[in-house]
Amino acid sequence: MTQSTQQPGTSQIAAPRSPYKARKAGNFELYSWLFMRGSGVLLVALVLGHLFVNLVLGEGIQAIDFAFVAGKWANPFWQVWDLAMLWLAMLHGTNGLRTIIADYTTRAGTRFALKTLLYFASFVVIVLGTLVIFTFDPCIDPDSTLSVCQTN
Amino acid sequence: MASSPAGTLYRGREGMWTWVAHRITGVLIFFFLFAHVIDTAMVRVSPEAYNAAVETYKNPIVGVMEIGLVAAVLFHALNGIRIVLVDFWSDGPRYQRQMSYGVVGVFLLLLLPFIWRHLTNVFGH
Ligand code: HEM
Repeated sequence: MTQSTQQPGTSQIAAPRSPYKARKAGNFELYSWLFMRGSGVLLVALVLGHLFVNLVLGEGIQAIDFAFVAGKWANPFWQVWDLAMLWLAMLHGTNGLRTIIADYTTRAGTRFALKTLLYFASFVVIVLGTLVIFTFDPCIDPDSTLSVCQTN
Repeated sequence: MASSPAGTLYRGREGMWTWVAHRITGVLIFFFLFAHVIDTAMVRVSPEAYNAAVETYKNPIVGVMEIGLVAAVLFHALNGIRIVLVDFWSDGPRYQRQMSYGVVGVFLLLLLPFIWRHLTNVFGH
């Protein structure tokens, strides 16, 4: 077979018995496969726990407001919980979408454009979410009536 | 000799449909997560801005849509556990089909009480 049979935009499959070439890309795909499973197991507890505490306990969705968030993030336990959930879910979801883009795009240009958009959007959301958790101020409103904001 | 697609191990069978559903739910949850981080970021603007954002979640129509979101998360989580078992448990591939039905069973067992609980909260005010 000659190379002229190759369709545009498809990658070349090496001919049978062509000499072995050492991989230079490392084991990224193996680690990403493992990460999907490891982060998935952790996310079961983090995400289902999050849904249970916020939607099932107490008055569920009706109880959620600024004071509810202030109450949770007054406790480092929930700060660490939410931070871990944010990072793991974003990296897991971004990596999942990377796979899906690779599966369905046929043109290299489309693939590059979609992956660039994905990584950019994910980066913005991870940074935004992390800053929100670390810089949260329960007394952002000077007239706040929350108990943590009473000085006397 | 099998002559129809039904004779194959994978195509058109339980494993294919759980794969389709896993992919669709994964994308759905991921896109929701973008919106959810941004609405939560309103706590850095003002209590009023945040309360206005979560008010949309308490709207009855959005409240019903949340059931779809929780259903997507539940299925994806349970089927994700199945994928991990298929990959790491020595008998996983042998029982992958039975585990698919297990996923659907546990999914309904958790989702139905949630629907009741959530609708009570959404419409109970
Ligand atoms: C709740 C616990 C979760 C578990 C147990 C879980 C598990 C998994 C597993 C095992 C995979 C397959 C990876 C592979 O085939 O290599 C996967 C794929 C994926 N997950 Fe999750 N996941 C969870 C939560 C999430 C969340 C929160 C999101 C969104 C932010 C998400 C988005 C995705 C996407 C987009 C894929 C790719 C689907 C595909 O390639 O067809 N998952 N998940």
